Amino acid sequence: MRHAITLGIGPARFRVGSAWEQSIAALRTLYADYPAPPDGIADFTVRLDPAGPGRRWWRPSITIAGDHMLPDAAPMALRHGLLAAEMGMNLQMALGWRRHLLIHASSVERDGRALVMTGESGSGKSTLAAMLGERGWRFMGDEFALIDLVTGAVHPFPRLVSLKNDAVAVMRSEVPDPARFGPLMEATPKGDIVHLVPPPEAIARMAEPARPALLLFPRFGFTPEVRSVGKGEAFMRLTQASTNYVALGEAGFDALHRFVDRVPALALDYPDSAAAIEAVERIWADLP
Amino acid sequence: MVQSARCWYRDGGDALIRREIDGLTLLYHRPSGITHIADSPVPEILDALTRDPQPLEAIITRLAHVFDLPDGSDTRGLEQHLEGLVALGLVRVTV
Repeated sequence: MRHAITLGIGPARFRVGSAWEQSIAALRTLYADYPAPPDGIADFTVRLDPAGPGRRWWRPSITIAGDHMLPDAAPMALRHGLLAAEMGMNLQMALGWRRHLLIHASSVERDGRALVMTGESGSGKSTLAAMLGERGWRFMGDEFALIDLVTGAVHPFPRLVSLKNDAVAVMRSEVPDPARFGPLMEATPKGDIVHLVPPPEAIARMAEPARPALLLFPRFGFTPEVRSVGKGEAFMRLTQASTNYVALGEAGFDALHRFVDRVPALALDYPDSAAAIEAVERIWADLP
Repeated sequence: MVQSARCWYRDGGDALIRREIDGLTLLYHRPSGITHIADSPVPEILDALTRDPQPLEAIITRLAHVFDLPDGSDTRGLEQHLEGLVALGLVRVTV
């Protein structure tokens, strides 16, 4: 690769290479505060290749490649290169990570205990974690919660927060420092996207796991309601939210059973962010 | 009435890992690596099977020892359950 960077995010290390300098420069800026892997050795390689002959210059467009790839992924515009790099790293984790049970979830921590939030795209789990991360909680990740296969602890994966559409304005009002925001990428396949650098504490403590204390299934845009989720339902939904449950076999089964058996689960419907934050604080205060 | 000639049995040892949660039973089938979430009467039927193939009537008898089944219980219903479990790979049947 003509241009490359090695990044350490939580326990995972990535080497991201690109035919274009600007994609790597954007990563270098936004990941500037992340400690570089001392030996430069990576778990995964991500390549941002030109989508075809000449496409490095003519209507430049990117194919996401690497150790693990989706065969039919559509090329992306070069101006969305930062998103392509992030998608490439997520893809490696989703398809290749085996050291933890990987749940598609956001997580935050307080007093050594983790709140894990999972739900479908649009549930608001990413924005909620980012907001809580600015309000006294330690942000641990907005995309993947890594469950330790031996201890059951949640390990952070605090990559850049991917803010979509309305969440961009919400977080601009939360975070006064403009340097923590990446460029606005309009009309991407996922809508308008801005990346947010997590708070300094999230990066400094990204090797520090936490004991899971609460599992939430948030749902944005509904009348406020909190209901208990049975362990069987939680187990089933988490198998669907995990990208490597099947690949891990018995180790994944044991880890997931232990998680749902020990961690209370609630579904939280909320009409807006303020209501969600207030509900989370109330639920957290009532935990045993 | 024609009795079923087939006999039913389960894999031995620890082929199936069971965990109870909230009244449901999680089953991890080691040979296939597949997880099943089962409700009653599946765990009870699995308990009534042995490694030695048994006819339907013997399985009914074993179930009746543990549960208060009426005389002349529904062998057809049990057979359907067993066929479903065979399709899932959790139970084996002689041919």
